[in-house]
Amino acid sequence: MSETVTLEPGGRRGRRATREPVDRHQALLEVKNLNVTFQRRGGRATRAVDGVSFSVKPGEVVGIVGESGSGKSVTSLAVMGLLPSRGVQVSGEALYRGRNLLTMGNQELSSLRGRDLAMVFQDPMSSLNPVIPVGLQVTEVLRRHEDLTRQQARDEAEDLLRRCGIPDPRRRLGEYPHQLSGGMRQRALIAIALACKPALLICDEPTTALDVTIQAQVLELLKELVSELGTAMVMITHDLGVVAGLCDFVNVMYAGRVVESADRRELFAHPRHRYTHGLLNSIPRLDSPRGEALRPIPGTPRDTIAWSKACAFAPRCQFADDDCVVDDLELAPLGAAGHRVRCVHPAPEEDK
Amino acid sequence: MLRFVVRRLLLLVPVLFGLSVLLFAWLRALPGDPARTLLGDKATPEGIAQLNAFYGFDKPLVTQYLSYTARLLHGDFGSSPRTGQPVLGTFLERFPATVELALAALLFAIVFGIPLGYVAARRAGGWVDRLFVAGSLLGVVIPVFVLAYLLKIVFAVGIPGPLHALAFLPSSGRQDPRIDATHITNFYVLDGLLTREFDASWNAVTHLILPAVALGSIPLAIIVRMTRASVIDVLNEDYVRTAQAKGLSRSLITRRHVLRNAMLPVTTTIGLQTGLLLSGAVLTESVFAFNGIGSYLFDAISGLDYAVLQGFILFIAVIYALVNLVVDLLYGVIDPRLRTS
Repeated sequence: MSETVTLEPGGRRGRRATREPVDRHQALLEVKNLNVTFQRRGGRATRAVDGVSFSVKPGEVVGIVGESGSGKSVTSLAVMGLLPSRGVQVSGEALYRGRNLLTMGNQELSSLRGRDLAMVFQDPMSSLNPVIPVGLQVTEVLRRHEDLTRQQARDEAEDLLRRCGIPDPRRRLGEYPHQLSGGMRQRALIAIALACKPALLICDEPTTALDVTIQAQVLELLKELVSELGTAMVMITHDLGVVAGLCDFVNVMYAGRVVESADRRELFAHPRHRYTHGLLNSIPRLDSPRGEALRPIPGTPRDTIAWSKACAFAPRCQFADDDCVVDDLELAPLGAAGHRVRCVHPAPEEDK
Repeated sequence: MLRFVVRRLLLLVPVLFGLSVLLFAWLRALPGDPARTLLGDKATPEGIAQLNAFYGFDKPLVTQYLSYTARLLHGDFGSSPRTGQPVLGTFLERFPATVELALAALLFAIVFGIPLGYVAARRAGGWVDRLFVAGSLLGVVIPVFVLAYLLKIVFAVGIPGPLHALAFLPSSGRQDPRIDATHITNFYVLDGLLTREFDASWNAVTHLILPAVALGSIPLAIIVRMTRASVIDVLNEDYVRTAQAKGLSRSLITRRHVLRNAMLPVTTTIGLQTGLLLSGAVLTESVFAFNGIGSYLFDAISGLDYAVLQGFILFIAVIYALVNLVVDLLYGVIDPRLRTS
């Protein structure tokens, strides 16, 4: 039954023919100078995302790493057009195959969402509708974007669930989210996201709500499916382990800005920004001496940062001096090709 | 499912028993003497004593209660000392009017309340929303009899001047007495349909409109507010965002993902309102001379009519419990998490 499923693009009913041919060099998604500001009526504006730029090439896996409140989820929601319309200002560009998602009409955007662009959310329990069978939640996206009969969509959904590692998928189709385990719910959410074989998948901390063994399984599944389908992926996470295992290219965010971006190997080998450096140092290591204390980054990210171009990390950085506060600080190339850092006193390359 | 229903129905037995004891005690604690009330100002002490002996009001309360319950268990609810009519028969004659009125009021409240609440929620904070919220506040605070008279004057009696044309509805009663309709169930609208006397049905419907609007105004306001609050909650849920991320159309998201989830608290509200409406609407029934149980209960209280009060209140309790049972079963239909497997 399962061998009827072919995964290569263009397999199913020639649907891919309607899409532009894949150019390996042109960026699939190009985010340029994205700004997101939240403002309640009469309240003070808070800039959650500040001049973020990054790009994703076809088939590439790009990581966005940062701690809570660094603006990584807001970035992804802004790209998908899923931020609430009231009290939020979004500026900049998010070009999908050259079309700006941020200025696109609702009709056009919703015909892309679910078909070309898909998203896996953080909390699988709350991201699935509790009063509707899982099957319908999978088939509705299929039937929205593809010309399928009810039965075809149902068969397709069953295959999807099976491919996502859900046992006894036919039975699961008729069940409700609360009858599934946490891991299965996340698998179902992944099945929904991948249902129409999107060109770009955005995963917003897909494993945060899961326990560690299930996390590993889900990541493995994502990795497999993405490479099978040739889907590009943006992986949003606070977990450097996820980045190390999955991503080709990494953007590190702090307080709404990208502070360092580099190829995965380069980043882990030569972290230059003091924040990235601190993050990597704070990971407990198996080869460290027994009883050695963890080395956390002191302080917490604050929302009271004066919004200038100065370094937002300076208040927590042990290398900070007066230059960090006054300088006009941009993301600048440093060291290896493609490695960019926003830091006045970057860590020396041999450090680490 | 069936076990759940049976258990709930069995639970009704102790509830009714407790209620009958309390009711009996409370009614006897009311100030006044039923025989004196019944016989009026010119009653002689002998006459009062005679009447008290006839109805057993002179016996100890426990004896009275036991003989009442004994008759109750045989299906004998007694008859009213005021009218001489059997309690059960009066109830069966009058309750259909109350049900018709309650259902019409609910229909009005639901049909307008849910869409208005939804629209307000979608425009939360905007002027449409504020207008609706303010309007629903008005709906709650206007006394029912004021609204009832206003409606009656404008749409039934007619105000002089050009607006007189608005007065196209009947002002009182359940049906034009000139229509010689056959009554089988005492649900006049239904009777007309059963006997194929459609004009009789239609006439009953026109008689229902004004009382239903007057009676439905408070439930309408409550449903608007409840729906609004509930939809605002659901719109912020993650699964609505998931539905948007699927590229679904707004109307499909509304129907499938928003409304269904938002209806759960609204169902509770509607259930409670149904129970209240079915226990009779004294004011509305009085203004529109709509002979339901509300106005009859009112008369029974002023006349200290123990038999009618005890009987009617027990019936209402049973109906209230049944409505709640239906609401609980509806929860399961709407929300699979609440289904008893």
